[in-house]
Amino acid sequence: MNFFSEIGRFVIFMRLVLKRPQKWNVFWKTTFREMYHIGIDSLLVVILIATFTGAVTTIQTANQLLTPSDMFPNQLIPKFVIGAIVSTSSLLELSPTITCLVLAGKIGANIASEIGNQKISEQIDAYEVMGINSASFVALPKIIAGIVMIPSLIIVAYFLLMYGGVIATKFISVLTYDDLIEGARMTFNPLYLRIMLIKGFIFAFIITSLSSFEGFYTEGGALDVGESGTRAVTRICVFILFFDLVIAQVFLGL
Amino acid sequence: MIKVEGLYKSFHDRLILENIDVNFYKGKPNLVIGASGSGKSVLIKCLVGLLEPEKGSIFYDDRNFLSMDYEKKQIIRREIGMLFQNNALFDSLTVQENIEFPLKMFSNLKPEERIDRVNDCLAKVNLQNSNHKFPAEISGGMKKRVGIARAIALEIKYLFCDEPNSGLDPLTSRVIDDLILQLTTDMGITTIINSHDMKTVLDIGENIIFIHKGKKWWQGSKADIPEARKSNPELNAFFRASF
Ligand SMILES: Nc1ncnc2c1ncn2[C@@H]1O[C@H](COP(=O)(O)OP(=O)(O)O)[C@@H](O)[C@H]1O
Ligand SMILES: [Mg+2]
Repeated sequence: MNFFSEIGRFVIFMRLVLKRPQKWNVFWKTTFREMYHIGIDSLLVVILIATFTGAVTTIQTANQLLTPSDMFPNQLIPKFVIGAIVSTSSLLELSPTITCLVLAGKIGANIASEIGNQKISEQIDAYEVMGINSASFVALPKIIAGIVMIPSLIIVAYFLLMYGGVIATKFISVLTYDDLIEGARMTFNPLYLRIMLIKGFIFAFIITSLSSFEGFYTEGGALDVGESGTRAVTRICVFILFFDLVIAQVFLGL
Repeated sequence: MIKVEGLYKSFHDRLILENIDVNFYKGKPNLVIGASGSGKSVLIKCLVGLLEPEKGSIFYDDRNFLSMDYEKKQIIRREIGMLFQNNALFDSLTVQENIEFPLKMFSNLKPEERIDRVNDCLAKVNLQNSNHKFPAEISGGMKKRVGIARAIALEIKYLFCDEPNSGLDPLTSRVIDDLILQLTTDMGITTIINSHDMKTVLDIGENIIFIHKGKKWWQGSKADIPEARKSNPELNAFFRASF
């Protein structure tokens, strides 16, 4: 299908989704359940990925900068620079982008197949015939929950990345905890924090809305539900990477 | 009463329904029959607004459905109950929660009153002691009953049943037919049933519409069928093939 007609369909879908909920108490209940689902169920994978990535990044950065080379025979680079690099790349890229690419696979596929299954078993039609705005009823709580929980997970991921770095200093004889933390403190820039959160909100919207969209327009049977799930993940990843680049250029391009 | 005038529906240039004119009456079962793939489900989906016909009008007791905007249509839809071919029960909710759902969304009943209403509906469909089971845990016939109970949870005026007997054994089919007939007369609602089950047609068909090649090929009551079969070879072929 043509790219622009897909965008058009997505816009039409979002205009249905962004309607006032018909029953607020049902809406909040569903949203809190989704928040729990998205937040708690994804916590373990975020903890694993962030801690390990933080440790690996620290080891590799230390190795690159502290190994004497022809260019810098006497290790001219102060050690806190490693902390600065690990902290800044965690804020700007590792915690928002890596976390969201992982969550695309976990949350995105989950939402697309859940809604896709409701679609092919006519549950979506059942909502609609009852006089419920089905698109909004199934997708809005997920989108709101994602926009709240995914940025929170990203913040958690940042601290875990640094924690991974701290663990790594135990193995690196030439780098101490203080070097790492000093570097992170000295170069902390509120703009970086803002970029991290902006990415978090945008990626959260991409993950939850695109997967709801793919699920909602599933036709056919169980196989098609699986296909919607995979298509959702692929598209989410492409859009996340694209917006990652756009945001980097807009805020940090020289 | 539901009145349909000059209804056309096609998919990608393939005409499925062509110039359908028909009235569905209150207080009796209206049957839409036809071979598999003849467009019965498409007709029902057009009537309830799940599909958009290209041309034609649909009147719900003189209210012109297709000329309404989305919000107005939703008001009509609250007067509609529908039993889906595959039941479409909400699989993450229990039987009780399924039936309570429309009440939660559209009534101002208190929680205890809602449960009373749920139990009333379950009594109407003769299904007791299954309130806390999930759809996956009950039989096909029970799912149909839950589907019907959910459809009548609100004070409805119109009931649509898409192949209410599909996947049921002959005995349970008769029970479900009788149940739908009884609810229709007791509640005085306009009921439309899609079926290719001849037993259903001959048992409860008061106003029967035969769809063939996208057209309304024949209309009459079960009493007219023996005569009509003589003069209408397509109708005859359809009935012969069904036994
Ligand atoms: N959403 C759709 N898109 C394209 N074709 C459809 C769609 N829904 C139904 N059709 C086609 O319309 C015809 C009538 O289908 P349907 O009304 O489901 O038949 P039945 O009388 O068995 O209920 C079938 O040929 C079917 O393939
Ligand atoms: Mg059908």
